[in-house]
Amino acid sequence: MTDTEPQKDKQKIKAAKRMREIMTAYYMDAMTARENNKKIAWITSGGPVEPLIAMDIIPVYPENHGAMIGASKMGEDLCVKAEEMGYSSDLCSYARADISCAQINGGPIGGLPKPDMLICCNNICGTVLKWYEVQARHFKVPLFILDTPVCHTEYSPEIATYVRRQIDDYIVFLETATGRKLDPDQMVQVGHLALKGQKLWQKVLTTTTHKPSPMSAFDAFFFLALIVTLRGTQTAVDFYEELILEMEERVQAGISSVPHEKYRLLWDNLPVWYQLKWLSKKFSDHNACLVADTYTSAWCSSIKYIDENNFLDSMAEAYTRIYLNNGVDKMADQVLDMIRLYDVDGFVMHSNRSCKPYSFGQMDIMNIVREKTGIPVLMLEADMVDPRSFSLSQADTRIDAFMEIIKQKG
Amino acid sequence: MIFAGIDIGSITAKAALIRDNKLVGTCVIPTGYNPVTAGQKVFSALLAQTQIRREDITAIVATGYGRNSVDFADKAMTEIICHGVGAHFLNPKIRGIIDVGGQDSKAIALDANGQVENFAMNDKCAAGTGRFLEVMAKALDVELDDLGTISLSSSAPSKISSICTVFAESEVISMIAGQQKREDIIAGIHESAAARVGGLATKIKLKGPVIMTGGVAKNRGMVKALENRLGITILVGDLPQENGAIGAAVLASRMTL
Ligand code: SF4
Repeated sequence: MTDTEPQKDKQKIKAAKRMREIMTAYYMDAMTARENNKKIAWITSGGPVEPLIAMDIIPVYPENHGAMIGASKMGEDLCVKAEEMGYSSDLCSYARADISCAQINGGPIGGLPKPDMLICCNNICGTVLKWYEVQARHFKVPLFILDTPVCHTEYSPEIATYVRRQIDDYIVFLETATGRKLDPDQMVQVGHLALKGQKLWQKVLTTTTHKPSPMSAFDAFFFLALIVTLRGTQTAVDFYEELILEMEERVQAGISSVPHEKYRLLWDNLPVWYQLKWLSKKFSDHNACLVADTYTSAWCSSIKYIDENNFLDSMAEAYTRIYLNNGVDKMADQVLDMIRLYDVDGFVMHSNRSCKPYSFGQMDIMNIVREKTGIPVLMLEADMVDPRSFSLSQADTRIDAFMEIIKQKG
Repeated sequence: MIFAGIDIGSITAKAALIRDNKLVGTCVIPTGYNPVTAGQKVFSALLAQTQIRREDITAIVATGYGRNSVDFADKAMTEIICHGVGAHFLNPKIRGIIDVGGQDSKAIALDANGQVENFAMNDKCAAGTGRFLEVMAKALDVELDDLGTISLSSSAPSKISSICTVFAESEVISMIAGQQKREDIIAGIHESAAARVGGLATKIKLKGPVIMTGGVAKNRGMVKALENRLGITILVGDLPQENGAIGAAVLASRMTL
């Protein structure tokens, strides 16, 4: 075909360029924080970042860094290095990569800017507790831990009081670390922007309910970085407004992410960062588009608990009730909702060697989905950063077989 | 009209021909180093054996891990679908397949039309595959094909605790040194492999009647160990190793050219 190239250009999302600029500026800001008298806090991906933004502390995300390490295929070396330091190969590869990176200033950007404090919220997993303790010892900086009990069934009044009290401690911790007071007006403003950003992110993601889908989960994996790192800023809000406009234009013009979208799939768990290109091509060759995923939607899944007028109180609940901190039944309900909303033909589950809380209930969720919807489910064994846990030829056969089953069903 | 199926596995290459919905012949050769030439070789061998000319073949489907290297095939399909179609072709009552080949093992659930409902494959690990048995046969200085028969005389299978093939091998070597009976060690090896493969069947709640396919199905000891493990009867057809190639030939006959 002679028109492949223009066709390809047409399919590219233009906002990607702007996004790269924003992320570069953000990292530059963090790298030069000391010269500008700014403090840096390392924070877990599910941690409450809004008070940091309100106090002009720059949040830095080791997990986002982990994703960059994975995508630039530097994961194996850094994981091996951590294993040589004595860490088990069963430890999450984000943790392994980050711990060894801090020792040698390696990785795609020569290591993260040094932290002045660490903020760890265990709403995503228990690994982060020990990981952040290790880093607190290494950098000799204070560590704040926000403990959010798992909501197996409900968010009980006891949990509410317990977490809310810690939010106050959190603010005191930040005020002590910076020697400044939190400005309540500023906090209101940031809370407002954080909620707005999440709603916009939700809107970006739901543009893929359109057939054919204007973007794919692979695009979402990329555009996610802003809602994670710059949640609560005007920059994120402006960017997502722009992105939504572009998506709407694409829908109008009939531009799709996968040229001949015929099958629509849902993805579960973190991306396989070092195989994004291969996976995206693999599915696209089968005319299949991963239209949605449980991972990127986790950053807008607790919007319903946020009360703009009472941000700090509602924040306790919103951060405790995120996807990974729920019981398996709740997770399955959310998956079933997504299957209906995005009208998908199949469900691809990445069984992630690294991420235990994400992968642990997958067998049950798989059975629930099969029973309730009858759609084919594929379990793909891999790891988000460590390529030693991925076998290309096995994945290839499994995806082909999975797509053959979907096609058989017609 | 005549249709061909070619299955390039990691250890053997298989071919099958069907005419008017009936099996005409099959052939099995070692894959060797080059999957491309293995495909050509097994196909030519089968044509010679059945005295059918290349021009008389209407369509060819390739399957197996080397499916994409069979450049003369009209289409490539995975072995999962082909095993389903093959088993259904030979016995429409089959609802479950346990396939153990050279480098992987899988459990496949079928619906009443022979379509695949679900499947599970072994992890990135050789435990429970043909390769595992091959390594053990070598350690015991026994022909691979004799493992089954020898193990049937065991009354007290040894216990192999390592999942890893390499560790299991050293376990077996120390058992030999400890003068445990050969038949007991082999029966223990089968139980260990059956535990791995059986797990795949339980994972997808495999329903009967169940048939076993792949080269390892010819090992009676392994079939027995799986039957004990799962508490079911497992059927084995006359051509377990050729099942995938037969399925591929049936799929070729369904192709609208
Ligand atoms: S275990 Fe999972 S949730 Fe925890 S840090 Fe690793 S990837 Fe993130």
